[in-house]
Amino acid sequence: MTAAIEAVAAGKRYGRRWALRDCTLSVPAGRVVGLVGPNGAGKTTLMHLAVGLLRPSEGSIHVLGDVPDGDPAWLAKIGFLAQESPAYARLTVGQHLQMGEWLNPGWDSDFAGARVAALGLDGDQRAGTLSGGQRAQLALTLAVAKRPELLLLDEPVASLDPLARREFLQTLMEVVAATGLTVLLSSHLIADLERVCDHLVLLVAGRVALTGDVDDLLSSHHLLTGPRRDISSLPADQHAIEASHTERQTSVLVRTNQPILDPSWTVTPVTLDDLVLAYMRQARDGHPQAPTMAVAR
Amino acid sequence: MIEFHLDPSSGVATYLQLVQQVQQALQLGLLEPGDRLPTAQQVVASLAINPNTVLKAYRDLERAGLVRARPGLGTFVVGQLPRTDPAAQAKFRRSMGVWLRSARDAGLTAEEIEAIYRTSFRDCFAEGVA
Repeated sequence: MTAAIEAVAAGKRYGRRWALRDCTLSVPAGRVVGLVGPNGAGKTTLMHLAVGLLRPSEGSIHVLGDVPDGDPAWLAKIGFLAQESPAYARLTVGQHLQMGEWLNPGWDSDFAGARVAALGLDGDQRAGTLSGGQRAQLALTLAVAKRPELLLLDEPVASLDPLARREFLQTLMEVVAATGLTVLLSSHLIADLERVCDHLVLLVAGRVALTGDVDDLLSSHHLLTGPRRDISSLPADQHAIEASHTERQTSVLVRTNQPILDPSWTVTPVTLDDLVLAYMRQARDGHPQAPTMAVAR
Repeated sequence: MIEFHLDPSSGVATYLQLVQQVQQALQLGLLEPGDRLPTAQQVVASLAINPNTVLKAYRDLERAGLVRARPGLGTFVVGQLPRTDPAAQAKFRRSMGVWLRSARDAGLTAEEIEAIYRTSFRDCFAEGVA
């Protein structure tokens, strides 16, 4: 597996505050990778490090094999869509495309023209008068028409309505199907990520709390519910991620590659949403504890 | 041509949902050898899902001998799944009916019966999920 982004103990400090610390991760090439994490986890900082807008205060980051340093040949391989899909309000849609053509050596004007036509955008309309969904689609078109190898999208759908969001992701997935480019996409909308991503990186407080192929993550985690019991009694191959207990019942999210054989458990599959929330809480609160006797009846 | 749909809350991986829908379509006779599956591009455009997911599902189906990819032409159904025999279906429905009535007569509620069914079902097919 070749890595499109490889970070080793990367950190970024603003004054005394660390926005990202001790971040070691690998983003596989040719995949659509979801980047999730609570606000302030360092997602945007990581993206800015990856595109060379920031330099790491410590550690290293390599993107497509190089240190991000603004080299034009390297930049031509990177597409980046910052938060809120910025566009030049006073320029028209057509002028945006023109500018894209002037500034990017590998510009695909056929693609850009076809895309804008398919979206039904008027070339003479100023970007400032576009709807949020249209502006996001325009920004995506620009980022893709430069034909990058790696596309980074920082919360591209956060401010879009559900229909615009779905259409944006459809466009993105069609592009991936046609070109096979690598995508790193940050979002809080896990259900969207579950559809479009085949790999997930969960960042909590600058550290990778969970990473892997989405299908593997889903098939290796189960929610077990059953009569109240001490979770330290779980078999060695079942790792408890999160447990909760009521007077009579115990629920525990486990990671295991083995079938659950204990008949006293009811086994429920988990969604990516369940998983991400459990790992976020685990990273915040620490590992699950055995039930304390204080809550016993 | 069949159309895929997704149940995001099922907890079943997306590629498995696609595989299962093709299998069901074969069992019901909605798909037959020679039929073409939608292209990855078409599935992606309608569902907004990752193309690798579609390809993974099609590879699984190909490995099971149910479909074959013909480069440049598409993915075609080549295999068949035994259609459920109507007589067998009727027989198991009858025995299920007997079981359900005996559980109800024993005083179990509908919810309890459903819970027993679900748990037993999952246990029985656990190896396919884990």
